[in-house]
Amino acid sequence: MPFTVCINGQDSEQPPRAGQCLRTYLREQGWTGVKKGCDSGDCGACTVHVDGMAVHSCLYPAHRIDGRTVTTVEGLSTGGLLHPVQEAFARAQGFQCGYCTPGFVMTVAALNRPQLGDLPQALKGNLCRCTGYQSISRAVEATCEHGSPPSVPHCDPGSADPATRDVVTGAACFTLDEPEPEGMLHLALVRSPHRHARILDIDTRAALAVPGVHAVLTHRHAPVTRFSTALHERTEDDPLDLRVLDDVVRHVGQRVAAVIADHPAPAQEAGRLVRVTYQVLPAVATAEEAMRPGAVRVGDGPNVIAHLHRSTGDVDRGLAEADTVYDRTFTTQRVQHTTLECHGSRVWRDREGRLRVHTSTQAPHLVRRRLCDIFGLDPQQVRVTAGRVGGAFGGKQDVLTEDITTLACLRTGRPVQLELSRTDELTATTTRHPFKTRVTIGSRRDGTLTAMKVHVIADTGAYGNHGPSVLETGCAEGLAPYRCPNTAVHGYSVRTHNVPSGAFRGYGAAQIVFAVESALDDIAHRLGLDPLTMRERACLGPADRAVFPGVGEQPARMGTALHDVLAALRRVREDRRLKRARPAAPGCRVGEGLAVAAHHSVPADGHLAQAKASLAADGRYDLITGAPEFGSGAGTALCRIAARTLGTSPARIRLHQADTDFLERDTGGFASTAMALTGQAVTRACQELAGLLTGTAAAFTGTPSGACRLTDDTVHCAGTSVPLTDLHCYAQSAGLCLQAEATAAADDAELSLSVSAQWFRIGVDPDTGIISVLDSVHIADAGGIVHTEQSRAQVEGAVVQGLGCTLGEELTTGPDGHITTRDLRSYTIPLFGDFPPTHVQFIDRDSTTAPKPLAELAINPIAPALANAVHDALGIRVSTLPLRPDSIWSALASTTGRSRAGARGARQGSIVRGGEPS
Amino acid sequence: MDLTAVREVVDGQIALPWRQGDAWLAGGTALFAEPRPGLRRLRDLTTLDWPPLTVTEAGIEVAATCTITDLLAFAETPGAPWPSGRALIAGCCRAFSSSFKVWNTATVGGNLCAALPAGPMISMAVALDGTCRVRGLDGTERAVPVRDFVTGNGSTVLGPGELLRSLTLPAGALAARSLMRRVATHVWGRSVALVTGIRGRPEGRLTVTVTAATSRPVTVSFPCTPCPGELRGRLLPALPCQLLLDDVHGRPRWRRHLAVHLAEEVRSTLAEER
Repeated sequence: MPFTVCINGQDSEQPPRAGQCLRTYLREQGWTGVKKGCDSGDCGACTVHVDGMAVHSCLYPAHRIDGRTVTTVEGLSTGGLLHPVQEAFARAQGFQCGYCTPGFVMTVAALNRPQLGDLPQALKGNLCRCTGYQSISRAVEATCEHGSPPSVPHCDPGSADPATRDVVTGAACFTLDEPEPEGMLHLALVRSPHRHARILDIDTRAALAVPGVHAVLTHRHAPVTRFSTALHERTEDDPLDLRVLDDVVRHVGQRVAAVIADHPAPAQEAGRLVRVTYQVLPAVATAEEAMRPGAVRVGDGPNVIAHLHRSTGDVDRGLAEADTVYDRTFTTQRVQHTTLECHGSRVWRDREGRLRVHTSTQAPHLVRRRLCDIFGLDPQQVRVTAGRVGGAFGGKQDVLTEDITTLACLRTGRPVQLELSRTDELTATTTRHPFKTRVTIGSRRDGTLTAMKVHVIADTGAYGNHGPSVLETGCAEGLAPYRCPNTAVHGYSVRTHNVPSGAFRGYGAAQIVFAVESALDDIAHRLGLDPLTMRERACLGPADRAVFPGVGEQPARMGTALHDVLAALRRVREDRRLKRARPAAPGCRVGEGLAVAAHHSVPADGHLAQAKASLAADGRYDLITGAPEFGSGAGTALCRIAARTLGTSPARIRLHQADTDFLERDTGGFASTAMALTGQAVTRACQELAGLLTGTAAAFTGTPSGACRLTDDTVHCAGTSVPLTDLHCYAQSAGLCLQAEATAAADDAELSLSVSAQWFRIGVDPDTGIISVLDSVHIADAGGIVHTEQSRAQVEGAVVQGLGCTLGEELTTGPDGHITTRDLRSYTIPLFGDFPPTHVQFIDRDSTTAPKPLAELAINPIAPALANAVHDALGIRVSTLPLRPDSIWSALASTTGRSRAGARGARQGSIVRGGEPS
Repeated sequence: MDLTAVREVVDGQIALPWRQGDAWLAGGTALFAEPRPGLRRLRDLTTLDWPPLTVTEAGIEVAATCTITDLLAFAETPGAPWPSGRALIAGCCRAFSSSFKVWNTATVGGNLCAALPAGPMISMAVALDGTCRVRGLDGTERAVPVRDFVTGNGSTVLGPGELLRSLTLPAGALAARSLMRRVATHVWGRSVALVTGIRGRPEGRLTVTVTAATSRPVTVSFPCTPCPGELRGRLLPALPCQLLLDDVHGRPRWRRHLAVHLAEEVRSTLAEER
């Protein structure tokens, strides 16, 4: 009997391959709304309905759809009308990057009434990394009133992501959702099983004999150029230490060979047949080991790739003057971005023979520059684009696939694609730098600091990408909020035979903030001070400048940011203490904790943003910026800035992003520069365009240009109205170009600080060590907020990602250097309902105040605020992340053991008896 | 994910000799969750159309291919017999860390055969004194008590080509007072320790089983309800370090503490119910 299936109302007779899962079958049939997040049934991004039943299509054997009906997100809406669930997600803006949205929509659409009543259980099979689930929760709650129109108010069109409809219907094109270039081949990687080894021989014969295999590439085919995967405006910021394929491997999981075949299956199968002979070499597993004299060298140079020594005043004298001296070492673990979209790229030649690179990146222009450096290509002959990016968090600020796909395309002359698996993501892409931070602080009785000494060792992994910058930025920003006349920092970025660390939200500061803010909390307890008062005494006043400089060697000015944030936190804290949003469970110990953090208003990395604005024939505007949309909502805010400057509504702005052909230069979307720099470039370009439009209208109507005024879609010239469509016609005939371009450079900016503070109230179950967050407050000063909802969503997401990185997430490495957390069952990120909503409040600044960065900063105070709450609840200081329940329990068990034995036991927080009043 | 080495999917009813690279396919949710470079042929059991649940006075026979969703629906049917046993079944179904979407196709037999420490169907079947019907390729059958079926983390008594036909839960156990308690780091996440207790089979006897914390089920049994110290005294030596799991979800000492803690909760709750 012939195979037949009905997908979204269309019959197909194409039988699946043996062993194929439904996910890949559906995508091959063109239903690219079905996403791959994990391929192991854990994330739900591939959810579809088979005969009305919701399944994870990555686990569903495709041969079983014979004779059945399949509905994907593309088939959910009927007759152009959105399904109520799609409508609710659109109205509530229940997404950021939007990659998980099709899966959420398909899941919620399948929920029955009892399931809608228990969302944490019903939605535990759907992961979102961007939102922290708060906006999703609002969307789902709206759908609970099935039948009636969703009650979530329409956000005004200017607030919504312009791609909203595409996101909720599955039409939004992420990197690998574009139609494939004809004749595209697939690449599979052979990876090193050793920490450190020399490749003596690679036998590719068996692999090449597999039908469908076109080529097997090894170090013999790779350019000798050494480069860094890190993408920075200044190439010299990172050591050039990596080859596309090398004859020495320096971490488990490093690429050894690339198999290129017609299809992923033969590529993978042939990959297993590549025989590599290794000479295994001794390896260093930790940064301390790598720093010892005579330690095995990881790369060509010394293992310490960057030193940082900065000091002011006299630390020893400051310590001598202190009433109390605190000294402790804090360590942070290796964590991973876990964007729902895995890295992937495609490379091919276009009709003109130019090299086309389409990739999931935060920085298309820098990818182009890097590829040109590696392969000696002319930038004019390379065009790099990005689709909508399915989450980034710094993970897409490295060249992790583009170099090998380019090599494969150049060698085979065919289009080539590489899509990483979730296991690749977790075991062989970049991670957050693990830090070991020793903090020595001298304080007076009143909480003013007399001395601060910070000693940092950062494990940058086998290659130095981002190592020096993370160390430098982490220390400068981590210590930015404090006022201390005698401060010294000594930092070391060290190569080890571990997977390379990279850029991660917080960029080193989160690790430093964890140490220093935990230390300040301990000192406050020692001195009997309210931790908030301690911050007021220890931190910079409005007239003070940060101890260490940022961009252009400027010491950042604090202004009133910190003062206002702490004052607001004091008010909100009082209020929340009275309200007690969530009661603790009986028997739990309750505690609260806070932490503050600051962030430079612009990075010191030479960051540069360009924008182009032009009037189109239809009287609307085209706005071009460099970075892709990856869920920060930057695009929406930039359209709003453009609209404000041009006196029109955001609906009249068409945004085009992430194409190296559009702009000459652009550093890209990282370091929270979208508002501070790209926003400035957009404002300037639009101001110039507005001037151009009024000037042109003045010439057209013969009115003095001072009498011309640009409004929504018209220029008013002393009584004569010139519609913008007419103006465009006129300009065309006159040979005028109504386009303006502007650049904003971090190096030209005046440095200030944005400030965030986090407060938690938690309950700890002493029997299990499990922590429940009962209440969460985040106060931020991010300057003039362009888009409040978008900013709030960024904070909500950062808090939950921060909680994940604090409470449970950890990439664990086995003794042989293999990362053992290889899937989302062992590397578990926060789930829907794990944490209560965060109360987010921004310091009110008038809209003319320059916006300051936020998304990167908001994660930094999370870990110390939580650790401080644990200390308040249990009297136990945990100085190692993550705060796993087994660690908490065992710390608690050992202190109660000691106190039973008569020693001074843990100071106990309040114990809840019979449950708290709610 | 795609099982890239698989060349063929065949009807499970077809009598074929077993060869290396063969695997029985039920729901597929475990097989398709990892790369299986060794698998060449899948033998699909769902074509056999076994009735998912057969209820008699003697108890319940659950087909290996019965889905978690079907079992949960049966367990939560209002007003049906054996409320205590069915509550335990429902609790174990909901103890899966996976989504209800996975339960729609994942099978009871698949969970037993995967033999993972946190396999909730193992917890359930051991607690309710289940028996596995194991069938060889030649059609011969043998009965294996569930507590002997799982031999370690990922291993069972099944020989090459043997399959699990069904699981039988006797009426006596279903009728007895029973209870399940567990700890997970996420509210609906994977169990780090799961303890079941059953009382009154035979009359007065208390049997406590630990799963999830250990690489295979660990059972202790008392002729009548023990005091807390007695329970602890029997359980601790039954949970030696090498039997306790050590992974990213929890260290052995903690898991042992939780197992004992939960066992005491189960003991005292069952002791109160008269």
